[in-house]
Amino acid sequence: MAGFWARLSAGLAKTRNTITERLQEIVPLEGKVREETLEDLEAILIAADVGVGATEELLEGVRSERVGSVADLKEALARRLREILREGYAPLAESVEPPLVILVVGVNGAGKTTSIAKLAARYRKAGKRVVLAACDTFRAAAAEQLEVWARRSGAELVRHQEGSDPAAVAHDALQAALARRADVLIVDTAGRLQAKKNLMAELGKIYRVLNRVRPDLPQETLLVLDATTGQNALSQARLFKETVPLTGVILAKLDGTAKGGIAVAVQRELSLPVKLVGVGEGQDDLEDFEPDTFVSALLGEEG
Amino acid sequence: MLESLAEKIQGALRKLGSKGRLTEADVKAALREVRLALLEADVNFKVVKGFIERVREAAVGEEVLGSLTPAQQVIKVVRDELTRLLGGGASRLTFSPQPPTVFMLVGLQGAGKTTTAAKLANLLAKQGRRPLLVAADIYRPAAIKQLEVLGTKLGVPVFSQGESYPVVLARLATEKAKREGLDPVIIDTAGRLHIDDEMMAELERIKNQVPPQETLLVVDAMTGQDAVNAASAFHERLGLTGVVMTKLDGDARGGAALSVREVTGVPIKFVGTGEGMDGLEVFHPDRLAARILGMGDVLSLIEKAQSSLNEETARKLEQKLRREEFTLEDFRTQLQEVRKMGPLDQILGHLPGWGQMKKMPGMQVDEKELVKVDAIISSMTAEERLRPDIVDASRRRRIARGSGTTVQDVNRLLKQFNDTKKLLKQLGRAGKKGGKVSLPLGPFGI
Ligand SMILES: Nc1nc2c(ncn2[C@@H]2O[C@H](COP(=O)(O)OP(=O)(O)OP(=O)(O)O)[C@@H](O)[C@H]2O)c(=O)[nH]1
Ligand SMILES: Nc1nc2c(ncn2[C@@H]2O[C@H](COP(=O)(O)OP(=O)(O)OP(=O)(O)O)[C@@H](O)[C@H]2O)c(=O)[nH]1
Ligand SMILES: [Mg+2]
Ligand SMILES: [Mg+2]
Repeated sequence: MAGFWARLSAGLAKTRNTITERLQEIVPLEGKVREETLEDLEAILIAADVGVGATEELLEGVRSERVGSVADLKEALARRLREILREGYAPLAESVEPPLVILVVGVNGAGKTTSIAKLAARYRKAGKRVVLAACDTFRAAAAEQLEVWARRSGAELVRHQEGSDPAAVAHDALQAALARRADVLIVDTAGRLQAKKNLMAELGKIYRVLNRVRPDLPQETLLVLDATTGQNALSQARLFKETVPLTGVILAKLDGTAKGGIAVAVQRELSLPVKLVGVGEGQDDLEDFEPDTFVSALLGEEG
Repeated sequence: MLESLAEKIQGALRKLGSKGRLTEADVKAALREVRLALLEADVNFKVVKGFIERVREAAVGEEVLGSLTPAQQVIKVVRDELTRLLGGGASRLTFSPQPPTVFMLVGLQGAGKTTTAAKLANLLAKQGRRPLLVAADIYRPAAIKQLEVLGTKLGVPVFSQGESYPVVLARLATEKAKREGLDPVIIDTAGRLHIDDEMMAELERIKNQVPPQETLLVVDAMTGQDAVNAASAFHERLGLTGVVMTKLDGDARGGAALSVREVTGVPIKFVGTGEGMDGLEVFHPDRLAARILGMGDVLSLIEKAQSSLNEETARKLEQKLRREEFTLEDFRTQLQEVRKMGPLDQILGHLPGWGQMKKMPGMQVDEKELVKVDAIISSMTAEERLRPDIVDASRRRRIARGSGTTVQDVNRLLKQFNDTKKLLKQLGRAGKKGGKVSLPLGPFGI
């Protein structure tokens, strides 16, 4: 379903007409008009959760450019945004010594388990053998949730009892994946708020358990961010990155009205590229990140 | 960064050096910082604009109270206005005159509805009611099971009917409650996007079917600018009666609360402060106002300390404090008590200025440190524990050797002890004044 970005573009084309009508008046950009436009752009960026710091820096960069029209100004900003979002971007690791191990982390309710279900479905469709590790042994029915998804996509599940040690589950799941010669192992972890030291330590332990078996594992450690999240996402990215070596971001729930602009700030400050986006609750609602369309949508409408 | 809002304002105003009344220049300089703080706290930018305007009007010309600096005066105006906007006093749940009362929880995906439904049931059961939980999320995998597990843990019945339509389910549940004398009925609904017309219509139908006494929107404290869109859409379709803000146990500022309150006008009734079933607290606007502004939350700390410290210990501690007899032995006991309250950072995070304190050497709190503290105190003589000021350099060396630590460790402990002593004095004072603690615009440079 490559539909999301296409739909988004189509939707944008409609709104763009009205906006460009306003913007493409080729007025010489001087004094007042210029400042007003910059203010408009500032409002757009802030409303998209890009954050004050990143917004000011972006506008500073644009301000110094010599541009002829309002549309030029906007395009300069879009270019800068695309650059930021492309920095360090790499698709999910592919040609690795199997199994490909993906550790998925994030705060409570961000969309970890569902994103894992989607990833599993994607790999299953490509004919891969997939094992899922139910390392959320804490939240009520977390393993059952993953189990339902595993059944739907035909992935295999490794789980222990509620309340057991998540690192032990990770260990067993990796052993199972190795023994069964699975292509992919995806590790689901409990939601945790980044300020909670003990929970973060527990996460570090899960990582080390995998890493100790083979130093190249896990090849991917993905932070799931909820696209509706505001500035706290920066703290999330920072503290999760201090605990485990993150390789990228899954931006979930981008099908709502939130623009997910915090991804710009996260990329800029922590060099964490968005790799995938979640665009619905079904197992097919996962797409590779498209910076161009994302940026158009970000600047497409005023909040 | 936000911790220093007060400092920034102070810095901005120091240059101006005004006295007597707040001038327009004072207010303008200060409000620039306030605007930034609010935006970084995720208050919607349109809401910020209106807010700043109102504060400007309220603040210009205001007399600077005797004991305050102009900066403190501005902060006071800002905090008062913010508190007022957040809803003045605490707002309670209402119950229907004809039982059973129905509460319905709604919101975006993953906000915390199911957990909050269970917490609410727990709270009401503790008050002697007999709640019935209703699992009306038939869509998300294992959502029903999640509520059932929680219900079983709490000993609260959970009504579910496999995948039968939520509207029917809600009706059957209320009928059952009526028959069996269960009250209130708490309906957990599936997470949904406010732009999903079909799913929003489902909620409208449930609402028409059972008339809930309260329709509560559950909002994640980490939500950004989009909170206004979601909240106003839910409010338009359903007529909300209250809001629950979850996940405030982390480091999110919770500015979305202000946005939601501003666009819906409905009160925030509870806040979620943990994943556990006790993590639900009545909402206090003044506390959240301080938090949004990055000024810590002295009140919450005191309340938490009061509920967790065993009363006897607390009473003794207070006496000792009053007589200035707080010793290292007490420090150790108190650390042990504090440990019971939860992660130290979380507790200390409630304190204004903790942001800066955390950066000071010797103030990092690490659970491992506590083990060291224990060892060090055990290596002291009875006299040293009673009168730490006699611990000179040679004694420090001896204690370090005896406890298998370093002199720096001992120094650090003694410093922490002194800091704690100061802190406790403040808390002691604040606690005695009863409910209302004026935010200390003094300690820790705030
Ligand atoms: N609309 C939409 N909903 C999503 C998306 N991804 C996840 N969700 C929903 O968000 C809610 C939470 O998702 P989970 O996958 O359970 O989140 P989690 O991070 O595993 O949660 P915890 O394990 O409790 O911390 C569920 O209702 C999901 O259906 C998405 O891309 N779009
Ligand atoms: N730290 C913390 N976690 C919370 C709080 N409230 C809920 N959670 C966690 O947030 C995650 C999502 O909570 P749920 O209750 O499943 O959310 P929901 O709104 O029912 O989710 P959907 O039904 O999928 O839309 C879980 O991991 C909860 O444990 C809170 O106040 N603090
Ligand atoms: Mg999960
Ligand atoms: Mg739920």
